[in-house]
Order: sequence, then C-alpha cells, then structure tokens
Amino acid sequence: MTASAHMQAPDTDPGYNFAYLDEATKRMIRRTLLKAIAIPGHQIPFGAREMPLPYGWGTGGIQVTASILGPDDTLKVIDQGADDTTNAVSIRRFFHRVAGVRTTTRTAEATIIQTRHRIPERPLTEGQVMVFQVPMPEPLFKLEPRLAETRRLHALGDYSLAQVKLYEDIARQGEGGSSYSHPVMVNHRYLMSPSPIPGFDNPKLHMSPALMLFGAGREKKIYAVPPYTSVVSLDFDDHPFRPVRAPHACAACGSTTSYLDEIVTDDRGGRMFVCSDTDHCAENQMARKAAE
Amino acid sequence: MYVAVKGGDAAIAAAHAWLAEQRRGDTALPELSAAQVAEQLGLAVDRVMAEGSCHDRELAALAIKQARGDLIEAAFLLRAYRNTLTRFPAAEPVDTGAMRVRRRISATYKDMPGGQVLGPTFDYTHRLLDFALLAEGEAPTPPEESEATGAPMPRVSDILAQEGLMRREPPGDDAPPPDLTRDPLPFPAPRALRLQSLARGDEGFLLGLGYSTQRGYGNAHPFVAELRMGEVEVLITPPELGFPISLGEITVTECQMVNQFAGQADTPPQFTRGYGLSLGHSERKAMAMALVDRALMARDLGEEVTAPAQDHEFVLLHADNVEATGFVEHLKLPHHVDFQSELEKLRSIRARWEAARNGVAEAAE
Amino acid sequence: MKTGFTDPVLDAQAGFRALMQAMARPGRVQQVIPPPELPAGLEAAAAATILTLADAETPLWTDAGEEARAWITFHTGAPLVAEPASAMLLLNTGATMPALATLHAGEDETPQDGATLIRQVTGLAEGSGWRLTGPGIEREHHLAVMGVPGDFPAQWRANAARFPRGVDVVLCAGGRLAALPRSVALREGG
Repeated sequence: MTASAHMQAPDTDPGYNFAYLDEATKRMIRRTLLKAIAIPGHQIPFGAREMPLPYGWGTGGIQVTASILGPDDTLKVIDQGADDTTNAVSIRRFFHRVAGVRTTTRTAEATIIQTRHRIPERPLTEGQVMVFQVPMPEPLFKLEPRLAETRRLHALGDYSLAQVKLYEDIARQGEGGSSYSHPVMVNHRYLMSPSPIPGFDNPKLHMSPALMLFGAGREKKIYAVPPYTSVVSLDFDDHPFRPVRAPHACAACGSTTSYLDEIVTDDRGGRMFVCSDTDHCAENQMARKAAE
Repeated sequence: MYVAVKGGDAAIAAAHAWLAEQRRGDTALPELSAAQVAEQLGLAVDRVMAEGSCHDRELAALAIKQARGDLIEAAFLLRAYRNTLTRFPAAEPVDTGAMRVRRRISATYKDMPGGQVLGPTFDYTHRLLDFALLAEGEAPTPPEESEATGAPMPRVSDILAQEGLMRREPPGDDAPPPDLTRDPLPFPAPRALRLQSLARGDEGFLLGLGYSTQRGYGNAHPFVAELRMGEVEVLITPPELGFPISLGEITVTECQMVNQFAGQADTPPQFTRGYGLSLGHSERKAMAMALVDRALMARDLGEEVTAPAQDHEFVLLHADNVEATGFVEHLKLPHHVDFQSELEKLRSIRARWEAARNGVAEAAE
Repeated sequence: MKTGFTDPVLDAQAGFRALMQAMARPGRVQQVIPPPELPAGLEAAAAATILTLADAETPLWTDAGEEARAWITFHTGAPLVAEPASAMLLLNTGATMPALATLHAGEDETPQDGATLIRQVTGLAEGSGWRLTGPGIEREHHLAVMGVPGDFPAQWRANAARFPRGVDVVLCAGGRLAALPRSVALREGG
C-alpha cells in the first residue's frame, strides 16, 4: 500500500456532509476544543454522536478529526504505531471517502495525525496536530469509578488516590505498576490520562511543538495539551518515572532508540524485535541503504 | 530479513465480501426480503427500533437483514443512520391515554373502565414447539373479535391518583426536555434523561437489573398497575403554523408499575410510580424499565441507595448496548504496543522478585 | 440581508483552524477567510468568528448595532441576551468593554462554561507590547494590542488568578485575530 494510492480520488461521498458530521455537531465539538485548549488537561464532556464505527474503535478521535479537518490537510492515521494495521486502514478510508482529504503514511508530511496508542518517533513540528483516540479518559477510574466523585477530585486538584496507588506499587514491587496509560500532570494542574500510549511515549508530550487533542467518544470527553506545555509523568523524586523499551535493536532498521514490537517467530521461544513505528523504520532503512 | 505484515486494505475488502456471502446463505433458498422481516419477525424489528432510537419499521428490518439477525448490530446500524438525519422540531408528548389500544391489562384491579384486553400475547401459550410451522403456506384463522370495544380506557394510575394515593410527579417547567443524544449525561441524572437512557437501553441488561430489584437488591414491591400496547398519534407543532399537525401513528408499549413508599415526615405514605415506555410491542422491556426507573428514584425519595439498580452511574452508563458492545469488542483490536510495555514491566518486576527471593535464600544459607 | 460565508462548510472550517491556532499559540496573529459582505460595525475576523462558533446553543451578548444583530440572528440563530453575565459568547465592538470579572467564569467542576469574549480592537501586532507566557508559548510571545481599556492587563491578571475558572478572549482587528486563553500570563512592557 502506498500513500499515493489514496490521493487519486479527491471527490467525497455525495450522500454525506464534508467530513461526515453535520455542521451543528462540528460547531459544538469546535467550541469544546477551544475550551479544552484554554484549560490544559481538563476533561470536558461533549455530546458525542453515534458514528458509523463502533464505540471503542476510535469514535472520539474520529469526531475530533472530522471537526478540525479541512481540504488543505494531509492526514496520517496510525494504530499501534503502524499505518497498515486494519483499524488504521479503516479510519483512513473513512476520511478519504467522506472528506476526500489527502492521506499519507509519512509522519513528516502529515498536518493531522490520528493515533491509537502511540506517538511517532520522529519529533513533531509546530505545523502538526495529534489526535488521540482515548478509551478511558479518566486517569482515576480504576481507583474511583464514580464520575461525579472524580470530577470533584479534579476540581480540588486532589490526586492523593493516584499518589497512594503509585506508592503502594513501589513498596510492593519496587517500581510503579502502570506500563502504559501512565498518568501525567499537565501544566502543574490537572492529572490526565495520556491514552494507552506506552510510558516510553510520555516524555514526547512534554513541551511538544505540536498541539495534542484527545477524543473519547463512548465516554463523551474531549481534552487537550497545547504546544509547549509542561507534561510530567506522575512519579516520586526518589523513584523517578522511567520510560521503558525492550532492550534490543530493531531487526529491520537496527534502531536502538525506537519503541519495539516483539514478534514471536516460532513455537520454541524464538523472538525478534522490530520498530512499532513503521514510517520511522522505513525512513531508517532508506537512510541505511543510501549510506551503503 | 523481516518484512512487516501488510495488505490491510485487501484483507478488509475480502473479509467484507465473505461476510456478504455468508449473509445470503444458500442461494438455492429464496432471499429474505426486508418486508418479510418487518411482517414476520415484528418483535425483532420492535426491539431494534427501541434500542436504535429510531421508529422506522422498514429500515429496522433492513438493518436486521444486513446484520444477519444480530439485533445489537442492527440497532447500531439504525443509530448510526439516525445520527445523520436532519432534526425537525421536537414532537408534542404522545398521549398514551388516547392510545388505540390493542392490549391492556392491569394486575391491580380485577376489572376497571375499558376492561382487560388480552390482545396478541405469548402469555398463557404453552411453550411447545409448533411443528406445524415447519410446513409453509398455512394462514392462521383470524380471531372472531380482533379489535377492542372502543370504550374509553383511562389509565389505571389516574384512577389511583384521584384518590390521592399516588405520588404526584413534580411539576415540569416549560423548558424543552434535555436531549440525551445531543448532550452527555450529567450525574446525578434528572428523570427525563434517565427515562431517555432506559428507553434505548439494552433489554437484557434492564431485565437483569429489574429482576435484581425483585430479589432484594433494591427493596421494591412492584405491582403492574397497567400495561398497555397500541397505536398513538405523533404530533408536531411547526413554528410557522402554530398548531399541531399529525405525522402519523406509531406503536408503543407502556408500563406503569406502582410501589409502596413509606413516606417521610412531610410526605404521607403513598404509592410511587415506575414508568416504562418502549417503541413497538415490547412488554418485557417496558416492565423492566419501569422497575429500574423506580429503583433509580431512591435518591430523589431520600431512600438509602444500596443496590446496583439504584445507582445512577452504574445503571445509565452501562445500559447502552451500542456503547457496551463497542468497548467490549474493541478488545479484538491490536493492543500489542500496550502489551509489549506490559511484558517489559512484568519481566522487570519478576526480575526484582527473583533477586529478592534469591537474596532471602542466600541469607538463610 | 448581507450574506454569510461564501462556503459555509469550508469557510467555517478555516475560521475554526485560525481560532484553534490562535488559542493554542497565544499572541500569534492568525488570518481568517472574510465573509464577502459585512454588516455595519463588524470587521472580517469578528464576523468570521461569530459565524464559526455561534448557533442556537450559544446565548450571545453584543453591543453591535441593529444591522449586525439582525445579521447574527439570521445566520447563526444564536439567542441574543441582554446581560453580559448570562452570555456564552460576547461580541464587543464598542469603546467600552464589559469587565472580565462580571462575565460567567464557570465553576470549579465545570470551568469550561466560562465565557468567550470576542473583542474588536483597532490593531494587533506581534513582536512588541505585552509579554505573554504559559501553555502554547515556548519562551515568550510579544503582542501589541491597540484598542483595549488601559486596565486590561490588571483585569487579565485577576482573570488568570482564578484559573481554571475564567474567561477566554479573542482579539480581532480587521481580518486578523489573536487569542488569550485564561491559562496565559500577561505582563506589560518589553
């Protein structure tokens, strides 16, 4: 599959409004996005609509993307870091069909990157917007399932529940318990779920030049991290947060710094490790070939 | 050299072609039409309309056909379609008192004005497989008197209200009711939104919750004051006309369940009402909804909230099967990035654990 | 009645992206696609902002003249309110600005309900004037604004002090706009 295959048919499906959502819905989401940007890390309820894709499969991210997307944009969609995973393909096809928008697999070319569970390895730029698909926006939900209560705790800035949990994890097992969805403090005020990205990606949120938007469709919440905003993973001074990756080199491009997928190669314990970010891996391989 | 798995596009297209083939089944058999589904699987259509929040028998039948009979998938198809429709002014409240009744029963009175009308019901059938239905071509003989008498049928709850024994509903204001499909649910949720949520909620989930209130999880003593099913007129008042015009009739099922309430210092002992209303003919749904509606009133009535069915967030956030099925089934999506970090985390914790245990073992030697 | 956006779908999208960039990068000035016709008293950026954000769900207060009010009602359906404190959107075109402290600032649990004030000013320039810091700004942005009350910086400090409650401001001059989200800190001079 190549990026150009998606760029040949700019016509949109005439049965639907540009980018699927009706204009009243887009306005409601846009107003919510502006407030989300003005209050970094604060979850804002919004009237999420039923989308033609199931809840839990990116409906929040899709509604955010549909509300910001324009004809000048170039869209990249990744799932688990890869452009060619089936759900990423499905969402990219959806936007190609209803918005006729240019799509790409190249991180460098994209103006909007919708993602599930990863942030690209290539540093983002000021011209880019990340849209995260979020299954559970509430960072405290495992500790307190009642939304009326967590809303109160956020208002008070009372995050002692999360700190106690982290403390207990460290006391019991020597380190924090969460390997992905590790909560972050945004602009020193709100505790926020970074979505189920691996902890490895958390530092990429801090002072990023790109705008980060988060959409949770089923839970009907939108939140945002503006560019150049402090984002600190929850930790303790004597147990600082450590982003973790598999201690190997990518079998395809040789990278020793990228986040790796573990591939089971046989039933005798054979393993190999390759980049989860397929575009980054392809770029590395090209560069290596050019150097040879 | 490792080459990543590719070809998502082609795989999706092939999977969907296969799905279409499976849906059609054996082509030696005649294809099922949406009209046949609407006529002969009418209760499935009713359920899909109720949970899909859209009254359109033909589209609901199409959704059932397209979904291969998976009713939750069909409700989802109908919801997604509904969401793209232009919204007209809100309808006037339907008057179920003026319903053209096909079925109407009360468990609280032996007889009442208008009488008991059994109507088309599974009640009192013997659940014996009817092998005659395996043979085709038989048209059942219509009953001798298929219509109700036409006598007025006041709602049983109104009869109780006349005696002052029924709790008065707090007066509504003139503000248009909040709309669940446009704004997210606030908690605690006002009753209008609770009823909207329950009306589109999953029948099975509400059935289980309603059942739990009968078994001691929520302290209910319910009676079916009335269950009625039939046709009601839907009216809208276009702002440019200023008077209501009829859009046509829809079938609804309404259940009013009465429960005793002990009262409080400033409130006399009285009956309270649990209310259920469902699109189409769906008694189980309307009854379960009425039970859960009453349970959810615990907070408003100052009763102790102890049971799952009384908990607004627990009930309302988990009753929607389109949301629930999406999130449960999303576990099928790849999660290998999260799982990889989970693997590394477990390996790290395991290494610490083993080091600690070895340390203890060495110290003991 | 003067027309609204030439392309209501795509021009609103472009208007929103300008607002989103402005809100995400406080002090950076953005350009809008102007509506082809403007009612008396409204300039392009303020008009485009209203067409982009307002509808029947946004109670709107404005001090603009009759023609502009009729134009807003016709194109957006926004209910006009008499009290600035009950508005979600405020379009302020006159010499007097409603005091920020009097506008709805949201509650601790719902700070997103804080109002958005769209203020038409006479000039906007990057590189000098107020020194802005906070989310969206790598080090410091400079923004010169002509046509706001002299005590605006003091009002802004009071607004920022009640974060996360507060009011967000969109400053419009001709076809250009810049935004001040409540999270931004503003100092004079430099």
